[in-house]
Amino acid sequence: MNVGEKVIEIIAREQHLDPSDISIDATFEGLGIDSLDGVNILFALEEEFKIDIPDSVAQNMKSVRQVVDSLNRVLEGKDISDLAAMAKGSGPGASN
Amino acid sequence: MRRVVITGMGVFSSTGKNRNSFFENLVHGRSGVRPISQFDSSPLSIKIAAEISDYNADDYFPVKRQDMLDKFAQFALIAAAEAMESSGIKVSDEERSRFGVVMGSGMGGAGSYDAGYHNLYAKQATRLHPFTIPRIMHNAATSHICMEFGAQGPALATATACSSSGHAIGEAFHFIKFGMADMMLAGGADAPITYGVMRCWEAVRVLASGNGDPATACRPFSADRKGMVIGEGSGVLLLEELDHALKRGATIYGELAGCGMSSDASHITQPSVDGPVRAIRMALDEAGVGPEEIDYINAHGTGTRLNDAVETQVIKEVFNCHAKKLAISSTKSMHGHAMGATGAIEFVATVMAVERGVTPPTANYTQPDPECDLDYVPNVAREGRIRAALSNSFAFGGLNAVLLVRRWE
Repeated sequence: MNVGEKVIEIIAREQHLDPSDISIDATFEGLGIDSLDGVNILFALEEEFKIDIPDSVAQNMKSVRQVVDSLNRVLEGKDISDLAAMAKGSGPGASN
Repeated sequence: MRRVVITGMGVFSSTGKNRNSFFENLVHGRSGVRPISQFDSSPLSIKIAAEISDYNADDYFPVKRQDMLDKFAQFALIAAAEAMESSGIKVSDEERSRFGVVMGSGMGGAGSYDAGYHNLYAKQATRLHPFTIPRIMHNAATSHICMEFGAQGPALATATACSSSGHAIGEAFHFIKFGMADMMLAGGADAPITYGVMRCWEAVRVLASGNGDPATACRPFSADRKGMVIGEGSGVLLLEELDHALKRGATIYGELAGCGMSSDASHITQPSVDGPVRAIRMALDEAGVGPEEIDYINAHGTGTRLNDAVETQVIKEVFNCHAKKLAISSTKSMHGHAMGATGAIEFVATVMAVERGVTPPTANYTQPDPECDLDYVPNVAREGRIRAALSNSFAFGGLNAVLLVRRWE
């Protein structure tokens, strides 16, 4: 199972959705994933892949593809600070 | 002056999963105290609690929703749903801002704290589940009830230990009486039967062990009383402004006519006589009810040596010679001490006693104590009209709340 499939599996599990309803191009908004759901998914990904996703990167994760790309780079040990720099607007990170 | 009536009630407890089975069990002296099944209690000296039997969250909430709900909030939502259903109320969009919620809790999301800290300290986890905060916060029950029933008026949570829901109901009563709201859901919820919380209580040395017979462990006012028993659950009442209730043809279960609150300001755990006396007098004054009109007191009656003796002194001081004539019972003998839920669970018992003219007994009463020499309705329920009744809550920390319900004719 590649990273993309694993991410979809985790999102489906946490959101109680069918994995076949989640495409790689789906946005969190389109899947009905709110800010608190978003941090929950990040938590599940960190647990699954035994990694830490910095807040600055987490804020940029608003679609399945963004999650997969970010994860691939983290897993390859690459510098991901440029991903953080791309972050604009609100992402997962619960309000209040 | 605006008057406040009780038009809906819900209970989820070890002695009954709805108000009718709850009251039926109380009247028959059936205890909800049993061996703890929620975790392995074998390392504890106290292995019993008034636990809700066979509780399965799947029976009440979809899986996705459970993620966000500590057990105390689950109990609160179940009791609130019954309170709403029993009231027959339909709240229109225009009325939502006149509809509020006050819920008390002593421990909040204790189970979620316990599980989170177990992961952190014992399993060396380096991060906690992101829903931990929304689950543990004391106002979670209030907020979930607001969302479920569309209540957009005054809403808050109280945390005064064993008096939490007495204070919650008192605050909600005053919100309606003084014009801030027309309808309030008020009560309390707690789910404190966790390994960590039971260890905390064990250390205080106020719990009865039961000695192999859990059902008879809690013996308030009896000479052989050995302490309290921890319980869990929720009680919620719908309070409504009288004219609002009459206009919609609501069934009125009783009038919430007075509430007294006071602080002992003396000791963090030992109860005083003075504080509770002042709270009872305040409730009588607000209701304009004379001491001789009180026919029943649902006592705080924890079953500890000190509480029951002090509460007896309190009642004698307020009621003088009438103290011997009124009926007093501690239903904690059956539903245990449900912490922040207990005041609301007991107030539902009190309202039902007044409404039905049946006084629930103090179960497990075996022998008189010279320090407790009043009528505690030992073991057998009693029929007879109750004009007005009190429900006492005297908390650790010396914070007291007393509610007065008058029979609705």
